[in-house]
Amino acid sequence: MLCQNCKKREAVVHLTKIVNNEKTALSLCKECAAAKGFHSPLDNMPFPLAEILSTMAATTTTPKGAEPKEDITCPQCGMTFDDFTRQGRFGCGGCYRAFRNRLEPIMRKIHGSSLHRGGVPTSHNGESGASAPIPVKEEERLEEELKKAIDSEEFERAADIRDKLKAIRDSQSLEKQQR
Amino acid sequence: MLTMFEDMAKSPAAWLSGKGEESLVVLSTRVRLARNVAGCSYPASSDSDTKKRIIGYFDSLLSRSSILSKGRYCQASEIGELDKNFLIERHLISPTFLNGERTKALFIDPSERLSIMINEEDHLRIQSLSPGLDPKGAFELAAEYDAEIGRHLEYDYDSDFGYLTACPTNAGTGMRTSVLIHLPGLVLTREIEKVISTITRSGLIVRGFYGEGTDVLGNLFQVSNQNTLGLTENDILEQIGSVTREIIDREAAARQRLVDEAADMIADKIWRAYGILKHARVLTSEEVMNLLSALRLGHAMKIIDFLNIAQINEVLLLSQPAHLQNYFGAEMDAAKRDFARAQMVREKMAGSKD
Repeated sequence: MLCQNCKKREAVVHLTKIVNNEKTALSLCKECAAAKGFHSPLDNMPFPLAEILSTMAATTTTPKGAEPKEDITCPQCGMTFDDFTRQGRFGCGGCYRAFRNRLEPIMRKIHGSSLHRGGVPTSHNGESGASAPIPVKEEERLEEELKKAIDSEEFERAADIRDKLKAIRDSQSLEKQQR
Repeated sequence: MLTMFEDMAKSPAAWLSGKGEESLVVLSTRVRLARNVAGCSYPASSDSDTKKRIIGYFDSLLSRSSILSKGRYCQASEIGELDKNFLIERHLISPTFLNGERTKALFIDPSERLSIMINEEDHLRIQSLSPGLDPKGAFELAAEYDAEIGRHLEYDYDSDFGYLTACPTNAGTGMRTSVLIHLPGLVLTREIEKVISTITRSGLIVRGFYGEGTDVLGNLFQVSNQNTLGLTENDILEQIGSVTREIIDREAAARQRLVDEAADMIADKIWRAYGILKHARVLTSEEVMNLLSALRLGHAMKIIDFLNIAQINEVLLLSQPAHLQNYFGAEMDAAKRDFARAQMVREKMAGSKD
Protein backbone atom coordinates (compact mmCIF):
# COMPACT_ATOMS: atom_id res chain seq x y z
CA MET A 1 0.00 0.00 0.00
CA LEU A 2 1.29 3.45 -0.93
CA CYS A 3 1.38 6.42 1.38
CA GLN A 4 -1.87 8.38 1.03
CA ASN A 5 -0.05 11.67 1.35
CA CYS A 6 2.93 11.53 -1.03
CA LYS A 7 1.67 8.49 -3.00
CA LYS A 8 5.30 7.53 -3.61
CA ARG A 9 6.65 5.57 -0.67
CA GLU A 10 5.31 2.45 0.99
CA ALA A 11 2.91 3.21 3.86
CA VAL A 12 4.22 1.96 7.20
CA VAL A 13 2.21 4.03 9.70
CA HIS A 14 -1.50 3.30 9.99
CA LEU A 15 -3.62 5.75 11.91
CA THR A 16 -7.23 5.70 12.96
CA LYS A 17 -8.79 9.03 13.87
CA ILE A 18 -12.18 9.39 15.48
CA VAL A 19 -13.64 12.89 15.26
CA ASN A 20 -17.32 13.50 16.10
CA ASN A 21 -18.02 9.79 15.90
CA GLU A 22 -16.63 9.71 12.38
CA LYS A 23 -13.83 7.25 11.87
CA THR A 24 -11.14 7.88 9.30
CA ALA A 25 -8.17 5.67 8.56
CA LEU A 26 -4.94 7.07 7.19
CA SER A 27 -1.89 5.19 5.94
CA LEU A 28 1.36 7.09 5.64
CA CYS A 29 5.03 6.49 4.96
CA LYS A 30 7.54 7.15 7.72
CA GLU A 31 8.60 10.53 6.31
CA CYS A 32 5.07 11.92 5.85
CA ALA A 33 3.98 10.59 9.26
CA ALA A 34 6.92 12.34 10.90
CA ALA A 35 6.13 15.55 8.98
CA LYS A 36 2.57 15.42 10.31
CA GLY A 37 3.81 14.86 13.81
CA PHE A 38 2.97 11.16 14.16
CA HIS A 39 5.80 9.15 15.58
CA SER A 40 6.42 5.48 16.03
CA PRO A 41 5.99 4.59 19.69
CA LEU A 42 9.65 3.65 19.79
CA ASP A 43 11.10 6.83 18.29
CA ASN A 44 13.26 8.99 20.51
CA MET A 45 13.51 6.30 23.12
CA PRO A 46 17.28 5.86 23.52
CA PHE A 47 18.44 7.19 26.81
CA PRO A 48 19.51 10.83 26.50
CA LEU A 49 22.82 10.37 28.30
CA ALA A 50 24.79 12.56 25.89
CA GLU A 51 22.31 15.39 26.34
CA ILE A 52 22.40 15.16 30.14
CA LEU A 53 26.17 15.15 30.15
CA SER A 54 26.56 18.10 27.80
CA THR A 55 24.07 20.26 29.69
CA MET A 56 25.49 19.21 33.05
CA ALA A 57 29.03 19.91 31.89
CA ALA A 58 28.00 23.36 30.69
CA THR A 59 26.36 24.22 34.00
CA THR A 60 28.88 22.61 36.32
CA THR A 61 31.99 23.90 34.62
CA THR A 62 30.87 27.51 34.15
CA PRO A 63 28.48 28.76 36.81
CA LYS A 64 27.09 32.26 36.12
CA GLY A 65 29.43 35.06 37.03
CA ALA A 66 32.18 32.75 38.21
CA GLU A 67 35.53 31.81 36.77
CA PRO A 68 35.31 28.63 34.67
CA LYS A 69 36.21 25.67 36.83
CA GLU A 70 39.46 23.93 36.12
CA ASP A 71 39.36 20.58 34.42
CA ILE A 72 40.03 17.59 36.70
CA THR A 73 42.24 14.69 35.69
CA CYS A 74 41.86 11.16 37.05
CA PRO A 75 45.19 10.26 38.68
CA GLN A 76 44.68 6.57 37.90
CA CYS A 77 44.01 6.55 34.15
CA GLY A 78 44.56 10.15 33.06
CA MET A 79 41.02 10.78 31.81
CA THR A 80 39.81 14.36 32.30
CA PHE A 81 36.30 15.39 33.33
CA ASP A 82 35.92 17.03 29.89
CA ASP A 83 36.84 13.71 28.21
CA PHE A 84 34.19 12.01 30.30
CA THR A 85 31.43 14.46 29.36
CA ARG A 86 32.31 14.04 25.67
CA GLN A 87 32.53 10.23 25.69
CA GLY A 88 29.92 9.40 28.32
CA ARG A 89 32.18 6.64 29.64
CA PHE A 90 34.66 6.54 32.50
CA GLY A 91 38.20 5.29 31.98
CA CYS A 92 38.43 3.46 35.31
CA GLY A 93 37.00 3.33 38.81
CA GLY A 94 39.40 6.08 39.85
CA CYS A 95 37.45 8.54 37.68
CA TYR A 96 34.45 8.23 40.03
CA ARG A 97 36.63 9.21 42.98
CA ALA A 98 38.38 12.02 41.11
CA PHE A 99 35.16 13.54 39.73
CA ARG A 100 33.04 12.75 42.80
CA ASN A 101 31.73 16.27 43.51
CA ARG A 102 30.78 16.95 39.91
CA LEU A 103 29.21 13.53 39.49
CA GLU A 104 26.55 13.90 42.16
CA PRO A 105 24.23 16.16 40.12
CA ILE A 106 24.82 14.02 37.02
CA MET A 107 23.91 10.82 38.86
CA ARG A 108 20.79 12.47 40.29
CA LYS A 109 19.77 13.49 36.80
CA ILE A 110 20.32 9.99 35.40
CA HIS A 111 19.05 7.86 38.30
CA GLY A 112 17.04 10.27 40.45
CA SER A 113 19.55 9.60 43.23
CA SER A 114 23.27 9.85 43.85
CA LEU A 115 23.63 7.29 46.62
CA HIS A 116 23.90 3.53 46.35
CA ARG A 117 21.41 1.47 48.37
CA GLY A 118 22.00 -1.96 46.87
CA GLY A 119 24.23 -4.87 47.76
CA VAL A 120 27.82 -4.70 48.95
CA PRO A 121 30.49 -7.01 47.51
CA THR A 122 32.07 -9.64 49.72
CA SER A 123 35.45 -7.94 49.49
CA HIS A 124 34.00 -4.75 51.05
CA ASN A 125 31.79 -6.05 53.84
CA GLY A 126 34.38 -8.28 55.47
CA GLU A 127 32.00 -11.23 55.55
CA SER A 128 30.65 -13.65 53.05
CA GLY A 129 27.26 -12.98 51.48
CA ALA A 130 25.60 -9.66 50.65
CA SER A 131 23.37 -9.66 53.75
CA ALA A 132 26.17 -8.93 56.23
CA PRO A 133 25.34 -5.98 58.49
CA ILE A 134 26.67 -2.60 57.41
CA PRO A 135 29.31 -1.41 59.90
CA VAL A 136 28.44 1.42 62.29
CA LYS A 137 31.20 3.48 60.73
CA GLU A 138 29.10 3.86 57.58
CA GLU A 139 26.21 5.19 59.64
CA GLU A 140 28.44 7.80 61.25
CA ARG A 141 29.87 8.79 57.91
CA LEU A 142 26.39 9.30 56.51
CA GLU A 143 25.30 11.38 59.48
CA GLU A 144 28.23 13.65 58.85
CA GLU A 145 27.44 13.81 55.13
CA LEU A 146 23.82 14.68 55.96
CA LYS A 147 24.92 17.57 58.14
CA LYS A 148 27.24 18.85 55.42
CA ALA A 149 24.54 18.57 52.77
CA ILE A 150 22.06 20.54 54.89
CA ASP A 151 24.67 23.19 55.70
CA SER A 152 25.38 23.71 52.03
CA GLU A 153 21.62 23.63 51.23
CA GLU A 154 21.91 20.57 48.99
CA PHE A 155 18.52 19.26 49.99
CA GLU A 156 18.13 16.71 47.23
CA ARG A 157 21.35 15.08 48.32
CA ALA A 158 20.31 15.41 51.95
CA ALA A 159 17.10 13.53 51.17
CA ASP A 160 19.09 10.77 49.49
CA ILE A 161 21.38 10.43 52.51
CA ARG A 162 18.43 10.45 54.89
CA ASP A 163 16.80 7.61 52.94
CA LYS A 164 20.01 5.62 52.93
CA LEU A 165 20.41 6.11 56.68
CA LYS A 166 16.83 5.06 57.22
CA ALA A 167 17.38 1.91 55.16
CA ILE A 168 20.42 1.02 57.22
CA ARG A 169 18.59 1.60 60.53
CA ASP A 170 15.54 -0.32 59.34
CA SER A 171 17.64 -3.34 58.44
CA GLN A 172 19.44 -3.12 61.78
CA SER A 173 16.25 -3.01 63.82
CA LEU A 174 14.87 -5.86 61.74
CA GLU A 175 17.91 -7.92 62.61
CA LYS A 176 17.50 -7.15 66.31
CA GLN A 177 13.88 -8.26 66.16
CA GLN A 178 14.89 -11.49 64.50
CA ARG A 179 17.36 -12.19 67.28
CA MET B 1 30.95 -29.63 11.73
CA LEU B 2 29.53 -26.15 11.37
CA THR B 3 29.64 -25.00 14.97
CA MET B 4 31.84 -25.45 18.02
CA PHE B 5 28.63 -25.39 20.05
CA GLU B 6 27.30 -28.57 18.43
CA ASP B 7 25.86 -30.01 21.65
CA MET B 8 24.05 -26.75 22.44
CA ALA B 9 22.62 -26.58 18.92
CA LYS B 10 20.87 -29.93 19.41
CA SER B 11 18.31 -28.45 21.77
CA PRO B 12 16.47 -25.15 21.84
CA ALA B 13 17.78 -22.49 24.23
CA ALA B 14 16.71 -23.22 27.82
CA TRP B 15 15.05 -19.82 28.18
CA LEU B 16 12.69 -20.60 25.28
CA SER B 17 11.19 -23.68 26.94
CA GLY B 18 7.79 -21.97 27.15
CA LYS B 19 7.61 -22.79 30.84
CA GLY B 20 7.52 -20.24 33.63
CA GLU B 21 4.93 -17.77 34.86
CA GLU B 22 2.88 -15.73 32.40
CA SER B 23 4.49 -17.59 29.51
CA LEU B 24 1.52 -16.84 27.25
CA VAL B 25 2.71 -13.22 27.14
CA VAL B 26 6.25 -13.11 28.52
CA LEU B 27 8.93 -15.05 26.61
CA SER B 28 11.83 -14.57 28.98
CA THR B 29 13.38 -12.56 31.80
CA ARG B 30 17.00 -11.47 31.85
CA VAL B 31 19.17 -10.07 34.64
CA ARG B 32 22.56 -8.57 33.88
CA LEU B 33 25.18 -7.51 36.42
CA ALA B 34 28.06 -5.22 35.40
CA ARG B 35 31.21 -5.74 37.48
CA ASN B 36 34.76 -4.42 37.34
CA VAL B 37 37.99 -5.45 38.98
CA ALA B 38 39.45 -2.83 41.33
CA GLY B 39 42.51 -0.95 40.09
CA CYS B 40 42.20 -1.81 36.38
CA SER B 41 41.13 0.51 33.57
CA TYR B 42 37.92 -0.37 31.72
CA PRO B 43 38.30 -2.39 28.51
CA ALA B 44 37.61 0.54 26.13
CA SER B 45 40.44 2.61 27.58
CA SER B 46 42.97 -0.05 28.55
CA ASP B 47 45.86 -1.59 26.65
CA SER B 48 45.89 -5.25 25.69
CA ASP B 49 48.13 -6.13 28.69
CA THR B 50 45.44 -4.96 31.12
CA LYS B 51 42.77 -6.84 29.20
CA LYS B 52 44.91 -9.98 29.22
CA ARG B 53 45.37 -9.54 32.96
CA ILE B 54 41.59 -9.51 33.46
CA ILE B 55 41.24 -12.69 31.40
CA GLY B 56 44.11 -14.17 33.43
CA TYR B 57 42.26 -13.41 36.67
CA PHE B 58 39.19 -15.16 35.35
CA ASP B 59 41.24 -18.11 34.06
CA SER B 60 42.66 -18.67 37.52
CA LEU B 61 39.15 -18.54 39.04
CA LEU B 62 38.02 -21.46 36.93
CA SER B 63 40.31 -23.93 38.68
CA ARG B 64 39.63 -22.53 42.14
CA SER B 65 35.85 -22.36 42.01
CA SER B 66 33.69 -25.45 41.91
CA ILE B 67 30.71 -23.83 40.16
CA LEU B 68 32.88 -22.06 37.59
CA SER B 69 34.92 -25.16 36.80
CA LYS B 70 31.78 -26.91 35.52
CA GLY B 71 30.97 -24.45 32.75
CA ARG B 72 32.13 -24.00 29.20
CA TYR B 73 34.85 -21.41 28.68
CA CYS B 74 36.43 -20.09 25.52
CA GLN B 75 38.52 -17.21 24.23
CA ALA B 76 36.83 -14.85 21.78
CA SER B 77 39.55 -15.54 19.22
CA GLU B 78 38.36 -19.14 18.96
CA ILE B 79 34.82 -18.10 17.99
CA GLY B 80 34.10 -17.90 14.26
CA GLU B 81 31.62 -15.61 12.50
CA LEU B 82 28.80 -18.18 12.37
CA ASP B 83 29.27 -19.13 16.02
CA LYS B 84 29.25 -15.47 16.97
CA ASN B 85 25.80 -15.06 15.42
CA PHE B 86 24.69 -18.36 16.94
CA LEU B 87 25.49 -16.98 20.41
CA ILE B 88 23.79 -13.65 19.68
CA GLU B 89 20.63 -15.44 18.51
CA ARG B 90 20.60 -17.47 21.74
CA HIS B 91 20.99 -14.22 23.71
CA LEU B 92 24.18 -15.52 25.33
CA ILE B 93 26.25 -12.54 24.18
CA SER B 94 25.42 -8.95 23.27
CA PRO B 95 25.36 -8.11 19.55
CA THR B 96 28.50 -5.95 19.85
CA PHE B 97 30.56 -8.19 22.18
CA LEU B 98 32.58 -9.90 19.45
CA ASN B 99 32.96 -6.87 17.16
CA GLY B 100 36.41 -5.41 16.65
CA GLU B 101 39.32 -6.28 18.87
CA ARG B 102 39.04 -9.72 20.50
CA THR B 103 40.99 -9.76 23.78
CA LYS B 104 37.83 -11.15 25.32
CA ALA B 105 36.52 -14.40 26.73
CA LEU B 106 33.18 -16.06 27.34
CA PHE B 107 31.85 -18.36 30.05
CA ILE B 108 28.58 -20.31 29.73
CA ASP B 109 27.14 -22.34 32.60
CA PRO B 110 26.05 -25.98 32.08
CA SER B 111 22.33 -25.09 32.11
CA GLU B 112 22.95 -22.52 29.35
CA ARG B 113 20.94 -20.02 31.36
CA LEU B 114 23.92 -17.95 32.44
CA SER B 115 26.82 -16.40 30.59
CA ILE B 116 29.72 -14.15 31.58
CA MET B 117 31.24 -11.83 29.01
CA ILE B 118 34.79 -10.86 29.90
CA ASN B 119 36.06 -7.49 28.61
CA GLU B 120 32.79 -6.31 27.15
CA GLU B 121 32.09 -2.66 28.11
CA ASP B 122 32.90 -3.67 31.70
CA HIS B 123 35.42 -6.28 32.85
CA LEU B 124 32.63 -8.70 33.64
CA ARG B 125 29.05 -8.84 32.46
CA ILE B 126 27.20 -11.63 34.25
CA GLN B 127 23.81 -12.31 32.70
CA SER B 128 21.18 -14.93 33.32
CA LEU B 129 17.98 -15.84 31.50
CA SER B 130 14.78 -17.46 32.74
CA PRO B 131 11.74 -18.55 30.75
CA GLY B 132 8.55 -16.58 31.42
CA LEU B 133 8.25 -13.80 34.00
CA ASP B 134 10.84 -14.64 36.64
CA PRO B 135 12.91 -11.66 37.84
CA LYS B 136 13.75 -13.35 41.15
CA GLY B 137 14.87 -16.64 39.61
CA ALA B 138 17.03 -14.91 37.01
CA PHE B 139 18.56 -12.69 39.70
CA GLU B 140 19.31 -15.53 42.08
CA LEU B 141 21.29 -17.42 39.44
CA ALA B 142 23.30 -14.32 38.48
CA ALA B 143 23.84 -13.45 42.16
CA GLU B 144 25.20 -16.92 42.89
CA TYR B 145 27.94 -16.49 40.30
CA ASP B 146 28.47 -12.86 41.30
CA ALA B 147 29.07 -13.83 44.93
CA GLU B 148 31.37 -16.67 43.92
CA ILE B 149 33.52 -14.40 41.75
CA GLY B 150 33.43 -11.68 44.43
CA ARG B 151 34.96 -14.10 46.93
CA HIS B 152 38.07 -14.39 44.77
CA LEU B 153 38.32 -11.04 42.99
CA GLU B 154 38.12 -7.56 44.48
CA TYR B 155 35.33 -5.69 42.73
CA ASP B 156 35.59 -1.95 42.25
CA TYR B 157 33.06 -0.52 44.69
CA ASP B 158 32.35 2.84 46.28
CA SER B 159 29.98 3.38 49.19
CA ASP B 160 28.30 6.35 47.42
CA PHE B 161 28.21 5.11 43.83
CA GLY B 162 28.05 1.36 44.51
CA TYR B 163 29.50 -0.97 41.89
CA LEU B 164 31.54 1.21 39.55
CA THR B 165 30.91 0.73 35.84
CA ALA B 166 32.25 2.16 32.59
CA CYS B 167 28.96 3.92 31.86
CA PRO B 168 27.36 6.09 34.55
CA THR B 169 23.94 4.69 33.62
CA ASN B 170 24.95 1.31 35.10
CA ALA B 171 26.57 2.44 38.36
CA GLY B 172 25.13 1.42 41.73
CA THR B 173 23.70 -2.06 41.52
CA GLY B 174 25.16 -2.54 38.03
CA MET B 175 21.95 -4.41 37.41
CA ARG B 176 19.70 -4.31 34.37
CA THR B 177 16.60 -6.51 34.46
CA SER B 178 14.53 -6.95 31.34
CA VAL B 179 11.57 -8.93 30.12
CA LEU B 180 10.81 -9.92 26.54
CA ILE B 181 7.09 -9.49 26.11
CA HIS B 182 4.62 -10.22 23.30
CA LEU B 183 1.97 -7.52 22.87
CA PRO B 184 -0.06 -8.13 19.69
CA GLY B 185 -3.32 -7.07 21.36
CA LEU B 186 -2.00 -3.65 22.28
CA VAL B 187 -0.47 -3.19 18.82
CA LEU B 188 -3.65 -4.25 16.98
CA THR B 189 -5.89 -2.03 19.13
CA ARG B 190 -3.34 0.79 18.68
CA GLU B 191 -3.03 1.28 22.42
CA ILE B 192 0.65 0.44 22.49
CA GLU B 193 1.80 4.05 22.29
CA LYS B 194 -0.23 5.01 25.36
CA VAL B 195 1.03 1.99 27.29
CA ILE B 196 4.63 2.71 26.33
CA SER B 197 4.40 6.28 27.54
CA THR B 198 2.95 5.06 30.85
CA ILE B 199 5.79 2.57 31.24
CA THR B 200 8.39 5.19 30.38
CA ARG B 201 6.95 7.56 32.99
CA SER B 202 7.39 4.89 35.66
CA GLY B 203 11.15 4.93 35.04
CA LEU B 204 11.44 1.94 32.74
CA ILE B 205 12.69 1.71 29.15
CA VAL B 206 10.84 0.02 26.27
CA ARG B 207 12.56 -1.23 23.11
CA GLY B 208 11.48 -3.21 20.08
CA PHE B 209 12.91 -6.69 19.79
CA TYR B 210 16.47 -6.75 18.40
CA GLY B 211 17.96 -3.33 18.22
CA GLU B 212 17.04 0.22 18.91
CA GLY B 213 14.97 2.49 16.75
CA THR B 214 14.19 -0.20 14.18
CA ASP B 215 10.69 -1.41 13.40
CA VAL B 216 9.15 -3.64 16.00
CA LEU B 217 9.35 -7.21 14.80
CA GLY B 218 6.81 -9.81 15.75
CA ASN B 219 5.10 -7.51 18.27
CA LEU B 220 7.92 -8.27 20.70
CA PHE B 221 9.04 -5.62 23.17
CA GLN B 222 11.74 -5.45 25.76
CA VAL B 223 10.98 -3.68 29.04
CA SER B 224 13.92 -2.90 31.31
CA ASN B 225 14.86 -0.74 34.28
CA GLN B 226 16.49 2.61 33.59
CA ASN B 227 17.78 3.43 37.06
CA THR B 228 20.48 1.36 38.70
CA LEU B 229 21.60 3.72 41.47
CA GLY B 230 19.63 4.61 44.61
CA LEU B 231 17.52 1.45 44.46
CA THR B 232 18.14 -1.94 46.00
CA GLU B 233 18.31 -5.02 43.78
CA ASN B 234 14.98 -6.04 45.25
CA ASP B 235 13.38 -2.65 44.40
CA ILE B 236 14.38 -3.14 40.76
CA LEU B 237 13.09 -6.73 40.61
CA GLU B 238 9.78 -5.73 42.17
CA GLN B 239 9.39 -2.72 39.91
CA ILE B 240 9.94 -4.82 36.78
CA GLY B 241 7.60 -7.51 38.12
CA SER B 242 4.75 -5.18 38.99
CA VAL B 243 4.96 -3.06 35.82
CA THR B 244 5.09 -6.22 33.69
CA ARG B 245 1.99 -7.54 35.44
CA GLU B 246 0.23 -4.25 34.68
CA ILE B 247 1.21 -4.53 31.01
CA ILE B 248 -0.05 -8.13 30.96
CA ASP B 249 -3.42 -6.94 32.30
CA ARG B 250 -3.63 -4.21 29.65
CA GLU B 251 -2.70 -6.78 26.97
CA ALA B 252 -5.38 -9.18 28.25
CA ALA B 253 -7.98 -6.40 28.11
CA ALA B 254 -6.92 -5.54 24.56
CA ARG B 255 -7.20 -9.21 23.50
CA GLN B 256 -10.66 -9.35 25.05
CA ARG B 257 -11.63 -6.27 23.05
CA LEU B 258 -10.43 -7.99 19.88
CA VAL B 259 -12.54 -11.04 20.69
CA ASP B 260 -15.60 -8.90 21.48
CA GLU B 261 -15.33 -6.63 18.45
CA ALA B 262 -13.57 -8.58 15.75
CA ALA B 263 -13.42 -12.28 16.67
CA ASP B 264 -13.84 -13.48 13.06
CA MET B 265 -11.20 -11.10 11.71
CA ILE B 266 -8.70 -12.19 14.34
CA ALA B 267 -9.37 -15.88 13.77
CA ASP B 268 -8.91 -15.30 10.04
CA LYS B 269 -5.58 -13.49 10.60
CA ILE B 270 -4.32 -16.34 12.79
CA TRP B 271 -5.38 -19.12 10.40
CA ARG B 272 -3.88 -17.26 7.44
CA ALA B 273 -0.58 -17.01 9.30
CA TYR B 274 -0.72 -20.75 9.97
CA GLY B 275 -1.52 -21.47 6.33
CA ILE B 276 1.42 -19.42 5.08
CA LEU B 277 3.85 -20.96 7.55
CA LYS B 278 2.71 -24.45 6.67
CA HIS B 279 2.84 -24.05 2.90
CA ALA B 280 5.10 -21.15 1.87
CA ARG B 281 8.23 -21.85 -0.20
CA VAL B 282 10.11 -18.60 0.54
CA LEU B 283 10.15 -16.91 3.94
CA THR B 284 12.27 -14.04 5.27
CA SER B 285 13.08 -14.04 8.97
CA GLU B 286 11.02 -10.85 9.44
CA GLU B 287 7.99 -12.52 7.88
CA VAL B 288 8.39 -15.59 10.08
CA MET B 289 8.64 -13.43 13.19
CA ASN B 290 5.43 -11.61 12.30
CA LEU B 291 3.56 -14.81 11.36
CA LEU B 292 4.71 -16.54 14.54
CA SER B 293 3.34 -13.58 16.47
CA ALA B 294 -0.10 -14.38 15.05
CA LEU B 295 0.40 -18.06 15.91
CA ARG B 296 1.45 -17.24 19.45
CA LEU B 297 -1.67 -15.11 19.82
CA GLY B 298 -3.72 -17.95 18.35
CA HIS B 299 -2.30 -20.37 20.91
CA ALA B 300 -3.03 -17.99 23.81
CA MET B 301 -6.59 -17.43 22.54
CA LYS B 302 -7.05 -21.21 22.18
CA ILE B 303 -7.73 -20.86 18.45
CA ILE B 304 -4.62 -22.89 17.56
CA ASP B 305 -4.54 -25.57 20.23
CA PHE B 306 -2.36 -28.18 18.56
CA LEU B 307 0.90 -26.23 18.85
CA ASN B 308 2.55 -25.35 22.14
CA ILE B 309 4.68 -22.35 23.05
CA ALA B 310 7.89 -24.39 23.06
CA GLN B 311 7.29 -25.40 19.42
CA ILE B 312 6.57 -21.80 18.40
CA ASN B 313 9.74 -20.66 20.20
CA GLU B 314 11.80 -23.35 18.52
CA VAL B 315 10.74 -22.17 15.07
CA LEU B 316 11.45 -18.57 16.10
CA LEU B 317 15.00 -19.51 17.12
CA LEU B 318 15.70 -21.82 14.17
CA SER B 319 14.52 -19.25 11.64
CA GLN B 320 17.37 -16.90 12.51
CA PRO B 321 20.36 -17.04 10.13
CA ALA B 322 23.02 -18.86 12.17
CA HIS B 323 20.60 -21.42 13.62
CA LEU B 324 19.06 -22.01 10.23
CA GLN B 325 22.45 -22.71 8.60
CA ASN B 326 23.32 -24.98 11.47
CA TYR B 327 19.99 -26.80 11.09
CA PHE B 328 20.89 -27.65 7.50
CA GLY B 329 24.59 -28.11 8.25
CA ALA B 330 25.63 -25.80 5.41
CA GLU B 331 26.52 -22.17 4.93
CA MET B 332 24.01 -20.26 2.80
CA ASP B 333 23.57 -16.72 1.48
CA ALA B 334 20.48 -14.69 2.35
CA ALA B 335 18.50 -15.73 -0.75
CA LYS B 336 19.13 -19.44 -0.17
CA ARG B 337 18.27 -19.03 3.49
CA ASP B 338 14.77 -17.79 2.60
CA PHE B 339 14.09 -21.07 0.78
CA ALA B 340 15.72 -23.12 3.53
CA ARG B 341 13.74 -21.25 6.17
CA ALA B 342 10.44 -22.10 4.50
CA GLN B 343 11.58 -25.74 4.28
CA MET B 344 12.51 -25.83 7.98
CA VAL B 345 9.20 -24.25 9.01
CA ARG B 346 7.26 -26.78 6.90
CA GLU B 347 9.19 -29.64 8.51
CA LYS B 348 8.46 -28.31 11.98
CA MET B 349 4.78 -27.80 11.17
CA ALA B 350 4.36 -31.10 9.35
CA GLY B 351 3.36 -33.07 12.43
CA SER B 352 0.75 -30.54 13.52
CA LYS B 353 -2.88 -31.51 12.98
CA ASP B 354 -5.30 -28.72 12.22
